[in-house]
Amino acid sequence: MSIRIAHVTRRFGAFTALDDVSLFVPSGQLLALLGPSGSGKTTLLRIIAGLETPDAGAVHVADLDVTNVAPREREVGFVFQHYALFRHMTVFENIAFGMRIRKTPSAEVEKRVRELLHLVRLEGLERRYPSQLSGGQRQRVALARALAVRPRLLLLDEPFGALDAKVRQELRQWLRHLHDEMHVTTVFVTHDQEEAFEVADHVVVMRGGRIEQSGSPQDVFDNPATPFVMDFLGQVNVFHGRLEAGQMHLGGIALDYPEYTHTESRNATAYVRPHELALERAPSQGTSLPVRVLHVNPAGAVTRVRVISEPFGVQLNVDLRPDDYSELRVQPGEQLFATPRRVRVFMQDDYVI
Amino acid sequence: MTPRKRRVLPGFGLSLSYTMLILLVLLFIPLVVLVYRATSLGPEKFLQAVWTPQARAAYGLTFGASLAAAAIDTVLGLLIAWVLVRYEFPLKRVFDALVDLPFALPTAVAGLVYSALYVESGWLGRYLVPLGFHGAHSRTAIVLVLTFIGLPFVVRAVQPVLESLDADVEEAAASLGANRWQVLSRVLFPALQPALLTGFALTFARGLGEFGSVVFVSGNMPYYTEIAPVLIVAKLEAFAYAEATAIALVLLICSFGMLAVINTLERRSRRHEA
Amino acid sequence: MKPDAARRRPGVGSGRPTEPAWGRRLLISLALSVLIVLVVIPVASVFGYAFSKGWDHYWNTLLRDPDTRHAMWLTLVVAPTSVLLNVVFGIAAAWALTRFEFRGRTLLTTFLDLPFAVSPVVAGLMFVLLFGATGVFGPQLQSWGVTIIFSTPGLILATTFVTLPFVARELIPVMQAIGPEEELAAITLGANGWQMFRRITLPNIKWGLLYGVILCNARAMGEYGAVYVVSGHISGQTDTLPLRVEKLLQEFDTAGSFAVASVLTFLALVTLIVKSFLEARTARDLEEAPADDAGLPPDDIEAPAASSEPASTSAAAITAAGI
Repeated sequence: MSIRIAHVTRRFGAFTALDDVSLFVPSGQLLALLGPSGSGKTTLLRIIAGLETPDAGAVHVADLDVTNVAPREREVGFVFQHYALFRHMTVFENIAFGMRIRKTPSAEVEKRVRELLHLVRLEGLERRYPSQLSGGQRQRVALARALAVRPRLLLLDEPFGALDAKVRQELRQWLRHLHDEMHVTTVFVTHDQEEAFEVADHVVVMRGGRIEQSGSPQDVFDNPATPFVMDFLGQVNVFHGRLEAGQMHLGGIALDYPEYTHTESRNATAYVRPHELALERAPSQGTSLPVRVLHVNPAGAVTRVRVISEPFGVQLNVDLRPDDYSELRVQPGEQLFATPRRVRVFMQDDYVI
Repeated sequence: MTPRKRRVLPGFGLSLSYTMLILLVLLFIPLVVLVYRATSLGPEKFLQAVWTPQARAAYGLTFGASLAAAAIDTVLGLLIAWVLVRYEFPLKRVFDALVDLPFALPTAVAGLVYSALYVESGWLGRYLVPLGFHGAHSRTAIVLVLTFIGLPFVVRAVQPVLESLDADVEEAAASLGANRWQVLSRVLFPALQPALLTGFALTFARGLGEFGSVVFVSGNMPYYTEIAPVLIVAKLEAFAYAEATAIALVLLICSFGMLAVINTLERRSRRHEA
Repeated sequence: MKPDAARRRPGVGSGRPTEPAWGRRLLISLALSVLIVLVVIPVASVFGYAFSKGWDHYWNTLLRDPDTRHAMWLTLVVAPTSVLLNVVFGIAAAWALTRFEFRGRTLLTTFLDLPFAVSPVVAGLMFVLLFGATGVFGPQLQSWGVTIIFSTPGLILATTFVTLPFVARELIPVMQAIGPEEELAAITLGANGWQMFRRITLPNIKWGLLYGVILCNARAMGEYGAVYVVSGHISGQTDTLPLRVEKLLQEFDTAGSFAVASVLTFLALVTLIVKSFLEARTARDLEEAPADDAGLPPDDIEAPAASSEPASTSAAAITAAGI
């Protein structure tokens, strides 16, 4: 089932949680709503579920206007951030709840619950109470409970937020896998960009009640539309400089920026990710900054090097691949040259970060 | 279609209108009628009714006895809460449960047994009256029974606060060179003060309205041991409805005033917690 | 509700600086003496005085005396009726106040406390002014043949008034601590209002509700001041058990009066025992640790439950238990 959100606005007193948001989710997609807290992502999810009403705008599911349809008739599976398992019911009864409400014959309930227990790998735990389960197990019960009634949409609010890193990693892959099997249109909310990129087909970055950017994970990561998205998606080095006739001037160096052809010079900010900076022992022609190495952290998949560009007075983060690091052998205190391999430039007057 | 404001959980209209209906029938209408009846006397007659020497004596006694009982309960309550939280001793859980007995015991029973125990022929009175302690048919009796009635308030207000105080605060104070007394007066007492005040106010408020126990023990002598609620009943039994209503309004205003004080204290102590 | 969770927290009283042994013993004996003099001796004396004229007189008063028997019956009508009214009211008020945002919510919470602040005598008087022979609605009701004051409906009204906030004040912190999420989950799974209430809300609040009922019942059975004013003291007709205590005393049957009082005292003791049981029960519910087989951090799902503690031990809860 596709979801179409048209010009949805929601205010809480003076605070605008959603500001004229429109979004289309095609049937069968796994979409991530990504943003910092207060960006409106959870409000949007709750509006899709009917747990919140918009002040203006409409929500269509499979081309039917459901804006004024009560949540109990929307046939959505909603997984709450803290799972909201029924504490006085066993795992079995939790999963069976939706079917019991629909007066499903008990043989069928039994069969479906077994199926779901198998699907979420909780066989043998059906007699336990929620308080006797670990966080990851609760999460899976909540998911099974939501899936039991064969919902048209599956909505998850920060599904892995309350879990520790290892369990979170496992459940992410498992959710992706589950979605590939079931193909139910799924929207989940997260503030963790890694989670969004790893699991989703489509990522929507939200900020201040608006959609900042929407696209495939690859697209959003490679071509951030705004400085905010750039900054939100990971560590970034920021340079302030001037843009003039196809070139970006950063102090003594000039980088090609063919998109800007005006001869009139403008203030601009250049963003370079740590892995897009190269460290070299010899300067490249006109495009490298002299830097001094401050700190080297070789633990992890990449070696993180912190350098200072003394003429600029700015500190930069550089990520080196293991081969580059073993070739270069950087030591703290060394003088090197940093060359940006890829620069994204944003006009200063256009955006405020 | 434009969105319609809708409450997600069911039953808002039903639950709120039922709540309002009950409050209207049991609370608002009776209060309005009481105020209306009292004020329809006119200011002069109203003042005449509520400011007789007998009424003044009753107000004074009601306030004085409640205040005294609240003060005694604050000290005793702190002692009991302290002992229950900090020390171990046999039958501790039983004694802890017994603190609530004044809540559970009908006030008439409390009044009955206190009056029987402390009269001259009573099981305690026969030893105490010769010593000059008149625990029945006296002002002392009123304070004594109000002390019983209000005992749980301070204990139950202080106990959770005392429990929630972390040991490390005291240890830190001690490690900084404070002696036991300094720890108590500088660290513990300020932390307990809001709870003690709340407990005091609750005991006092309860004392203002108490009738069942006092009517048994006090002897109800006008000017001497007649409290305001007993005076109201006396006026009612003499069919002096107007006077009874006027005095009731005075008592009601005092009680609501105390409630406002209690709410303010609670809000303040909650701010402390946050 | 006062969960003992914190009290059994490890470390309390262990590493903490404390008083010397003689000081501890002195404070313990002082505190226990206070409790013994103020509580234990009077309660024991109730039974002592009740049996002072022998077993026969005791049982005769309780079982043979028709007026006492009627008082018992009347109390068994008035108290449960009031409790029932309060249960419905308490659930409705707690539901409206904890599950919805609306204008005047804080004001309504304050109004809920008002009956605690009203002296029982004044409460009784208000109903006399409303429904008595010279009251606002009295003459009209009389012409229809309905009597409220000096009869059972008046007793029920007065008792319901003085116990009005008990159930609501117990339920509000409980429902606040549980939060609306489970109910919302039930709704998204297709439950209607009744199904949600019956299968999710009620099972979740049952212990809190029972606790409120116990306190409400104790107060309802023992209420004296308010019913004293509205009852008219007609022996065998409008005397409840507490009023019967006074009536027998006036008839100089002290032992009989204490016999009736002993029944009420027994009920109070039973109330305390049930109350302790319920408190232990809720404390256990709160403490129930999850089987943490995956070595996970403490569960968020417990967090709202634990937060019920400050709410329930606040002075507001004490107000509920007492005034």
